[in-house]
Amino acid sequence: MNENRFRMRTLFLIAYIVFALLPIYWMVNMSFKTNEEILSSFSFFPQHFTWHNYRTIFTDASWYSGYINSLIIVAINMTISITVALPAAYAFSRYSFLGDKHLFFWLLTNRMTPPAVFLLPFFQLYTTLGLMDTHIAVALAHLVFNVPLAVWILEGFMSGIPREIDETAYIDGYSFPRFFLTIFLPLIKAGVGVTAFFCFMFSWVELLLARTLTSVDAKPIVATMTRTVSASGMDWATLAAAGVLTILPGAVVIWFVRHYIAKGFAMGRV
Amino acid sequence: MSTTKPVNQKAWWLVLPVVICVAFSAVLPLMTVVNYSLQDIISPERRVFVGTEWFVAAMRDEELHGALWRQLTFSLAVLAVEIPLGIMLALSMPAKGWKASAVLVVVSLSLLIPWNVVGTIWQIYGRADIGLLGAMLQKMGFDYSYTGNATHAWITVLTMDVWHWTPLVALLCYAGLRSIPDAYYQAASIDGASRFAVFRYIQLPKMRGVLMIAVLLRFMDSFMIYTEPFVLTGGGPGNATTFLSEYLTQKAVGQFDVGPAAAFSLIYFLIILLLCFILYNWMQRVGTASKEGAGHE
Repeated sequence: MNENRFRMRTLFLIAYIVFALLPIYWMVNMSFKTNEEILSSFSFFPQHFTWHNYRTIFTDASWYSGYINSLIIVAINMTISITVALPAAYAFSRYSFLGDKHLFFWLLTNRMTPPAVFLLPFFQLYTTLGLMDTHIAVALAHLVFNVPLAVWILEGFMSGIPREIDETAYIDGYSFPRFFLTIFLPLIKAGVGVTAFFCFMFSWVELLLARTLTSVDAKPIVATMTRTVSASGMDWATLAAAGVLTILPGAVVIWFVRHYIAKGFAMGRV
Repeated sequence: MSTTKPVNQKAWWLVLPVVICVAFSAVLPLMTVVNYSLQDIISPERRVFVGTEWFVAAMRDEELHGALWRQLTFSLAVLAVEIPLGIMLALSMPAKGWKASAVLVVVSLSLLIPWNVVGTIWQIYGRADIGLLGAMLQKMGFDYSYTGNATHAWITVLTMDVWHWTPLVALLCYAGLRSIPDAYYQAASIDGASRFAVFRYIQLPKMRGVLMIAVLLRFMDSFMIYTEPFVLTGGGPGNATTFLSEYLTQKAVGQFDVGPAAAFSLIYFLIILLLCFILYNWMQRVGTASKEGAGHE
């Protein structure tokens, strides 16, 4: 019976993986075709295999700078999100203070602002500040959804660390910053890794804010891609190639944090 | 959890940076929207204060009601499919070794594709003449067309969302499962606990925290879904896949009605807020109740 259950699970897993990979395979397939071939015939493999789409992206500065801009934006966003979220998550996991529960829920509510109509205020705010078309503008705008999530995840990891560790450190004469950086941070490094992954993921794929706040110099790849839609029709092939290339950096990030995810976290609070 | 946390008002200083960041990037724009919602902006120089007029108009808007119901149905369908599927997936993912790493990476891939690309890929993927999904369904004898048939369009958007976001649920649940010490399972097998009992009394309680994140995130994000259906179906055919965001954007961008659009988006925001508040408190209550139940045993 055990054997059977094992087989059922493997079958289910394989079925899901096929379901998950087919659209991605189709994108990869498209990225090696020409537009004419994509639109004219159905085929499992490119009939006229071409690197042309990838070559376009790697040789055209307006394409590849999109990737660089995206990486800069995401890096700034991740750094700010985690830096401000760490002390806050510590406060939530260790102390109770006036309004802590309300504040925690209020933070979450900021993820619920529908971006579509908040675009105009964002645009006005950043124009007033003279931050339009800068990396920092998009990184700051993305804090809206990443900071609450970072606090939430980190708080879960921190609650899993017994409070005796803090107390012992203070008795031993550690100051708070020194304790936090040399003892506490290494203990929750898995949490930081997982948080970084989630921040990366949400910031990397966000389109509306990124497109509104940039025009040329800081344009991230997701916004660059929208120009494949033009009056002369869709440039499906280049879009597919660009799509394939957007998956790669994220796949590298997952590869680095996979052990942290596999080690597990249960989230103490909630 | 055993001892209560010490009261320390100085902890506010640690939270302050987060509050400032979020206030800057969320409260300021929100205030601007509130400001718009109360005015009729005829031109940048000419604004008239109209009070709650836009709100009243929005509440009476039949199309908005339609979009709201479609949205609720869609979000509930998303939760009903993705949460169980994500849990099942997490349970069947290997725990260790290179297989675990490989499966983790493969499962997460769909999360990393920009949302507009997700829509575009599915647009081709679902076409009966040149797309794999469309062609397969056609071969099996379904007269499938996501552009012509409202039901097909709706199901395609749902399938796309399931494909896109189930990995998030699965990753979180997987992490929750991995935090259970082996000793728990050994104890359960000594007691002769059934597979279901292990799930119900060991795995599910341990996943409670991560499941709460998963449910809330999926609920909020699916309630605000915009890019993918916009690219895939453009809200059609008819208005079958015109969800709230889509409808709002049509209002705000298409007709340049900043005032009514702002009022709409505030109502929208309040609806999400209310639903999440109910969900959050309900899940917390369910969790504490089962914890107390376990304590009495």
